[in-house]
Amino acid sequence: MQNSDTSFIELSARERARRLLDEGSFRELLDPFEQITSPWLERQGIVPAFDDGMVVAKGTISGKPAVVMAIEGVFQGGSMGEVSGAKMAAALELAAEDNRNGIPTQAVLLFETGGVRLQEANLGLAAIADIHAAIADLRRYVPVVGISTGTVGCFGGMSIAAGLCSYLIVTREARLGLNGPQVIEQEAGIEEYNSRNRPFIWSMTGGEVRYNNGFADAYVEDSVNQVKQAMNDCLKQGVPNQFRSDQYDYYLTKLNTVDTRKQVEAADVTALLGRGDRK
Amino acid sequence: MSKTILSRGDFWFSLLTTDAKLRHGQCASVKVADGKISHKPARFIAVVPDADNQFPRASQGEVGLLEGWTLAKMVDEVVEADKNKTEKTAIIAIIDVPSQAYGRREEAFGIHQALAGAAGAYAKARLAGHPVIGLIVGKAMSGAFLAHGYQANRLIAFNDDGVLIHAMGKASAARITLRSVESLERLAASIPPMAYDISSYSKLGLLYQLLNITNVQQPSPLEVDLVKQTLIDAINDTLKQGVDLSNRLQAKDRQASALVRAKMREQW
Repeated sequence: MQNSDTSFIELSARERARRLLDEGSFRELLDPFEQITSPWLERQGIVPAFDDGMVVAKGTISGKPAVVMAIEGVFQGGSMGEVSGAKMAAALELAAEDNRNGIPTQAVLLFETGGVRLQEANLGLAAIADIHAAIADLRRYVPVVGISTGTVGCFGGMSIAAGLCSYLIVTREARLGLNGPQVIEQEAGIEEYNSRNRPFIWSMTGGEVRYNNGFADAYVEDSVNQVKQAMNDCLKQGVPNQFRSDQYDYYLTKLNTVDTRKQVEAADVTALLGRGDRK
Repeated sequence: MSKTILSRGDFWFSLLTTDAKLRHGQCASVKVADGKISHKPARFIAVVPDADNQFPRASQGEVGLLEGWTLAKMVDEVVEADKNKTEKTAIIAIIDVPSQAYGRREEAFGIHQALAGAAGAYAKARLAGHPVIGLIVGKAMSGAFLAHGYQANRLIAFNDDGVLIHAMGKASAARITLRSVESLERLAASIPPMAYDISSYSKLGLLYQLLNITNVQQPSPLEVDLVKQTLIDAINDTLKQGVDLSNRLQAKDRQASALVRAKMREQW
């Protein structure tokens, strides 16, 4: 079955991680049998999960050591709690340590997450800060590849994590943004952002538009083979000359030309940041 | 010192930078000054309200597109300047950020990437050996805090009702979790990570110091000295311990975070 292609989005987090690693190399760390669950959810009447919605798997990719971290979007919207967040942070920290010790462990992050789990609010936020710290450390040695394919999207503090990755891969079904549509509508009003208008939301934060406007490096179909191919291409490129998150001069120059007296439309963003304008 | 005080963050920025040189040329909502703290070079950075902000959703001290990218530039500037120096300039982030900017323009032009710029720059500075200290004098909310402060080696906060640290404002958090604001507050009373107040936060072990200031908006000269001394202690402590954030993992209410790390290392 190795060569037959299937949907990536329909796979569970665990299966996604397994498919991205070399066949037979998948080894899960802190798997569900360890039963390390959230210490905060049951107190709120929420049934916890034995993996806390985070799969961490070691193995190889193209024969080289790798760790894949996959967020399970089905559990609590892929939200980051204390345990799930610590699993991701710890794995990234150990991968960086590996690299300092001469083992070139590469990292792949699968983002299907609404961001902080509000039931564990400040500990989720702290874990996300740790994840940011660890990505910034690790990406100096090896590529840290982020992948967001759908259907949960990648939001909140985890969209910042995605923005720190060396490379980012998206599908059309992906969405990438800091604030979820409901929160923007709550804070700024329906005129500013209509959380029920799906075409509008995809025109702002959808995978295709993010790729076209330079916020992602690869745009792929919902296909295991295509996701894997794009991941391999990113890993092969090595550490980029400049991280997207270091491009403040480019973005500040662009943003300072924006006429913000009128509300922005999708076409305005493409005109400002679209790939047509790049090399 | 500025003539009109725009916010708590602006006020404390002014108090700490009386002898420092203001940097000009960046957006008005990011104040930067270079000076000294106990003979050591330091760059002070604060995000402040700017009523005329080109991006209207970021006019009240929120961290938006310009703020995120400008913070990145202001921090990176110091890292570049000190690249070949053994003594690295300390970076003091004065934190009073009510939230990230919530708006259509912000999402469209990639606020997540701007905030990644800021968080990445602070992390890079820390990894390069710059002591990065966060002084929380007001609100430290969500993505804004991740961009401006949460990458600090040490966090210092004022023990004051006006100091709030959280992942989301109460109304929005209630809506997203399908709860009323009242039930959210009831839960927060018994579940420390859900609470909004600084004393609950301090139980999570993420703070280096919690400082008592009688009146945050009218501190005595002695209290200002205490803040300065604590900043110096934090810098020295950082220089002793090194660049990572492991000092934050000790608290009882953050046990699971430490357990996961120990188990992960065992199985790695």
